[in-house]
Amino acid sequence: MHVPDGFLDVPTSVTTGVVAAAAVGVALRGARRELDDRTAPLAGLVATFVFAAQMINFPVGAGTSGHLMGGALAAVLVGPWTGILCLSVVLLVQALLFADGGITALGTNVVLIGVVGVVVATLVVRGLQAVLPKRVGLVAPLAALGALISVPVASLVFVGLYAVGGAAPVPLDDLTTAMLGWHTLIGLGEAVVTGMVVGSIVGVRPDLVHAARRVLGTRTVELRTPATEVPA
Amino acid sequence: MGAGHGHRLHFHGHSPVHRARPHLKLLALVGFVLVVVATPADGYPFFAGYLGILAVVVAVSRVPPPYLLRRMVVEVPFLVFAAVLPFVAHGPRTEVLGLSVSETGLVAAGGLAIKGTLGVLASLTLAATTEPHDVLRGLERLRLPRMLVQILGFMIRYLDVVGAELGRMRVALASRGFDGRNPRHWPVLARSVGALFIRSYERGERVHLAMLSRGYDGSAR
Repeated sequence: MHVPDGFLDVPTSVTTGVVAAAAVGVALRGARRELDDRTAPLAGLVATFVFAAQMINFPVGAGTSGHLMGGALAAVLVGPWTGILCLSVVLLVQALLFADGGITALGTNVVLIGVVGVVVATLVVRGLQAVLPKRVGLVAPLAALGALISVPVASLVFVGLYAVGGAAPVPLDDLTTAMLGWHTLIGLGEAVVTGMVVGSIVGVRPDLVHAARRVLGTRTVELRTPATEVPA
Repeated sequence: MGAGHGHRLHFHGHSPVHRARPHLKLLALVGFVLVVVATPADGYPFFAGYLGILAVVVAVSRVPPPYLLRRMVVEVPFLVFAAVLPFVAHGPRTEVLGLSVSETGLVAAGGLAIKGTLGVLASLTLAATTEPHDVLRGLERLRLPRMLVQILGFMIRYLDVVGAELGRMRVALASRGFDGRNPRHWPVLARSVGALFIRSYERGERVHLAMLSRGYDGSAR
């Protein structure tokens, strides 16, 4: 899923690199607000988790399998700023230590997978949480919806970048149709997996899920006092 | 498998390429790939020259070429895209092996495949000759924000720990008869991912407490 070297021309790659650097800078400040002095260890461990989660293959059938991209998952679990930070770090490590995704395409990959994926998922989840009833059970379906929408949107942004600095003259309408169709399928898989993962965490530790915290806060504490006086 | 002793791509050695300063290697890699990407898609003599430079670096590093070639499978999905390109691109058509393909698409696909391959090969050479710890030092030297360097450091340090945790979960699943060959097995795998998140997050909290007890004050020194 990572864009390799040579796909987009140098000016486009440099521009996305600058945008990605700015986004990571903003995310660093935002993550410090979300995590305070826990930023380094927690963001580090969550990034490690995202990396490991991408190694789990989900069988699709006919011998093929796919893996999670994790943008929406990270956004829902740890919040948008920490999410962008973690995915960017994962992409950096993959590019430098695993040769996965091009070095010059690193900015493009951070913008597409990190920024667009996380921001779109966050907007979808927060927007719907504002209008829907505040129930913990809704967090997982909303996370799934965020994943479903964020993947095709990221592919559309890629088509936009390709229109500006693509290396081959592919008719844009064909590219748009192919990318949208293919990524809607990927988005469906991502949505099902993200929903199930978030559901399983909300069932055990809802306090760890960033998107569930505001919903949890509205629960009222129920005090039960015994009807009769307990002898001392 | 001990933590911090290289990673899957690292090839232990003592060549000049292994010993070179990591920040210079990083700069060389970025510069090299930028030049490759900026070359026109039909600049074949240049590409041959780039490949020659890479071959010399690999030869000096004494990393066996099959070691690198086996790891180039990461670019297979992208080569599939490059193979499709001549059929969908527009422009004048030509005949290749009895198939009608776009001429400009063919050149662009060739350029893409060559540039992508050169990029992957160059990145693999860096990864094979540089310890993760040294890559981190190089990035620090290149003025990457300190907080980012710390996060990267934690990630590199705990990659094997969390990876091993995942491995134990896989063994536990397999020993209970789970094979995961069917989309019906997704809920089980999803719960594994969920458990992995809770374990990683709680490990992060414990690491933070351990750091606090050793005088950490949150500043990225």
